[in-house]
Amino acid sequence: MRLTLTVNGEPYDIDGVAGTESLLSVLRLRLGLSGAKNACEQGQCGSCSVHLDGVLVCACLVPAPQAHGRSVETVEGLAGEDGPHPVQEAFLACGAVQCGFCTPGMLKATEDLLRRCPDPGEAEIKDALAGNLCRCTGYRHILDAVRMAADRTRALEARP
Amino acid sequence: MSRPAAMDFLLPDRLDEALHAMAAREGTVPVAGGTDVMVRLARGRERPPAAVDLTRIPGLARWERSAGRVRIGATVPYTRIAGELAGPLPGLAVAARTVGSRQIRNRGTVGGALGTASAGGDVHPVLLACDAEVELVSARGTRRVPVREFYTGPGRTVRAPDELVRAVLVPEAEGPQSYAKAGRRGALVVATCSFAVALRPSRGRVGTGIGAAADRPLPACEAERFVAGELAERRLWRSRGPLPDSVLTRFGELAAAAASPADDVRGSSAYRRHAVAVLARRALGWVWDDYRADRTAKEAACA
Repeated sequence: MRLTLTVNGEPYDIDGVAGTESLLSVLRLRLGLSGAKNACEQGQCGSCSVHLDGVLVCACLVPAPQAHGRSVETVEGLAGEDGPHPVQEAFLACGAVQCGFCTPGMLKATEDLLRRCPDPGEAEIKDALAGNLCRCTGYRHILDAVRMAADRTRALEARP
Repeated sequence: MSRPAAMDFLLPDRLDEALHAMAAREGTVPVAGGTDVMVRLARGRERPPAAVDLTRIPGLARWERSAGRVRIGATVPYTRIAGELAGPLPGLAVAARTVGSRQIRNRGTVGGALGTASAGGDVHPVLLACDAEVELVSARGTRRVPVREFYTGPGRTVRAPDELVRAVLVPEAEGPQSYAKAGRRGALVVATCSFAVALRPSRGRVGTGIGAAADRPLPACEAERFVAGELAERRLWRSRGPLPDSVLTRFGELAAAAASPADDVRGSSAYRRHAVAVLARRALGWVWDDYRADRTAKEAACA
């Protein structure tokens, strides 16, 4: 089938998408956007997290045809023209990246949390990242980064 | 070498179109959040002839309150149930909060849980405890089935191949409810077993539901009858007096006796039977404490 969708603000029109294909496969294999990672294909690891019409989802569990006419935001859309997103900066500053495989999903889950909840407590942070696995066990630095990202985002928004 | 046939993916924006598609080809699979269907497709064990997307049908994505019940459309995701329905349906909201992760709750739906009918699905025990009704629809018409008659076996229900789950109707809580879940860790976990309890003081009724401890979700009918009798005999609904430990313990034993758990990767049969007794005893203790304190909900999930 023919799939029309917007990814990170760019319109795409893709032919020959199979009914069984996932949104993740379309992003990675057809659009060359390899930020969202393919790992468990069961919604267990969160490394393929993207926003679909503003809702955080596992792209591996979204049938590609369901994204027809919808808007997708991936980790590639986080950085702006003036540099990395505050969440990305915080992950860098805190050393919250080891092998990096889980990082795109962690960044998206953190961005999603801060959209909903600018000043998250410990329980809210852990709940927001519960669906994102890091097998390097870098969770401590990741949690530091989320707290720093929250502080920086609030500081940026408080500026006149 | 034969190639698997292509699977058509239909994107109707009207219910009648979806029903027509369900009737047109046997084996057509309805899809909402995809959290079950996509896993099965990715494993390559299933290749249905067609899938029907339900997420474009506006009527399925709404909930509404009427005549003392909440009618939840089949595609309302768990995130919304947890966030929007904690007032009228505290037990269901708590169960929805324990499902998977944020990403899964954003996509997974009660309609999907009823369609898949996994014995371990978190919402089933609460739907049983609350005496919910499932609304099924097909091109042939609409019918409502009490949830206690809905599940027929492992992954099997009374839903006919051409029917869709359109909504679930859940009576608004008139007393405390709780959902207790045992699993290997505190987050993103499929229940090893679970137990829901809902008090309905006006009917002198204690509703129950057991998850992941039989081939299907099921109520603990003997335990319900036993505790209803004890509450009536001891006039505890009115006095709001404490429930004796002996009653809590017996309730747990009867709940465990209702289960027929299997051995699997998540737990042994013996462990599950023991855990059902513990969860049932605790869950009833919590809701009774809440009833005594005149509270309406208790959140509980234990790892």
